[in-house]
Amino acid sequence: MRAIATAALFAMLVLPAALPAAELEISVEIPRLNVSEYHRPYVAMWLERPDHSVAANLAVWYDVEMKAGEGSKWLKDMRQWWRRSGRSTPMPVDGVSGATRPAGQHQLRFNDAKGPLKGLPPGRYELVIEAAREVGGREVVSVPITWPGSSPQQLKAKGTSELGQVRVSITP
Amino acid sequence: MNLKLIGIATALTLCLAPSAASAHKTWLHPSATVFSDTGAWMTVDAAVSNDLFYFNHVPLRLDGLQVTSPDGSRVAPQNSATGKYRSVFDLELNQQGTYKLAVVNHGMFAQYQLDGENKRWRGTPAEFKTGIPAAATDVEVSESLGSVETFATVGSPTTSVFKPSGKGIEMVPVTHPNDLYAEETATFQLLLDGKPAAGLEVEIIPGASRYRDQPEEIKVVTGADGNFQVKWPHAGMYWLETTSTDELTSLPEASKRRLSYVATLEVLPQ
Repeated sequence: MRAIATAALFAMLVLPAALPAAELEISVEIPRLNVSEYHRPYVAMWLERPDHSVAANLAVWYDVEMKAGEGSKWLKDMRQWWRRSGRSTPMPVDGVSGATRPAGQHQLRFNDAKGPLKGLPPGRYELVIEAAREVGGREVVSVPITWPGSSPQQLKAKGTSELGQVRVSITP
Repeated sequence: MNLKLIGIATALTLCLAPSAASAHKTWLHPSATVFSDTGAWMTVDAAVSNDLFYFNHVPLRLDGLQVTSPDGSRVAPQNSATGKYRSVFDLELNQQGTYKLAVVNHGMFAQYQLDGENKRWRGTPAEFKTGIPAAATDVEVSESLGSVETFATVGSPTTSVFKPSGKGIEMVPVTHPNDLYAEETATFQLLLDGKPAAGLEVEIIPGASRYRDQPEEIKVVTGADGNFQVKWPHAGMYWLETTSTDELTSLPEASKRRLSYVATLEVLPQ
């Protein structure tokens, strides 16, 4: 046991480059909708533990450019996220919150060396993506993941209204 | 019953409602109960009606309106108005946390005889001593104590506004009233004069009654600890009422005390 610990410590000290960071890649589609009044959706992405508590906020896209923080008024419309995390997290959050995105496929990349996944204990999580659109609908898509797992994972899910194709790729 | 008496009776319904015998329901109906940001505004309708939540009977007077902010201070309502069927007011929510909106009624009601005629009087306990002529006979006095409430939260729910006063029926959350979700079970405690109220019957009715055939009321009874539980069948606004009668009046002249508690609660979808 002690020899292993020593070896691990040695590896950390001497060979950091030999231990690539575990990576999480998410690809989310915001569908193009044919509606008379279109607003870009507010989108939140987070990792939940089995008891629904939030392990990490990955992204919160909202209207950050409205004057006097007006955009944050609608954050509660992402109902699940608001309850699980939003109402107790002052916005904006560096590296997590950002502007709304147009229709199309959007890529996000995280690793365990920095940002919201730093220090996240290995285990089973639910990746939850929630989208809410002003004068439109709301949809939640969730993908169960194992972080970081022992072999690469490719996972898929699909929304039916406010979210399109969701692809998750994990490299341990 | 002459016209004047009908007028008085209507006024009484406004003031003393809800009583278990009356089908009329007294309520505050908030435009929203969950807010992201300070500086948000809410608007509230206040009425007495047969159905929930429709304006089809009389407005609820706002004389007893008390809005308590998360830090305990009172918030003045704005743009108050009373119309034919409803009262309205606006509130600006400038603090993080939970607000309590309550229309509190503490009233006295008397029936008596004067010169061979039946008379009625209503007012506050303070007005009672001068309210009834000295020559009145057969005086029957009852006291009413009631609260009609709803709640709103900016950001995370807080519990400071639920500190009981120890008077009448009060609701203390176990589950926060701004944290209610469809298909989840909520627990609340009812207190009577500050002590757990055992055996109180609670009636819970979902709003939007116009659009369904059955009232779908939920009836529960508080346990020895004053607690009751309700599993919300679906999302929406719900009306909750409980009443009680006893002899624990605050004035020696009053023989009966009628207590009531009403709350409007919003249950959100999962």
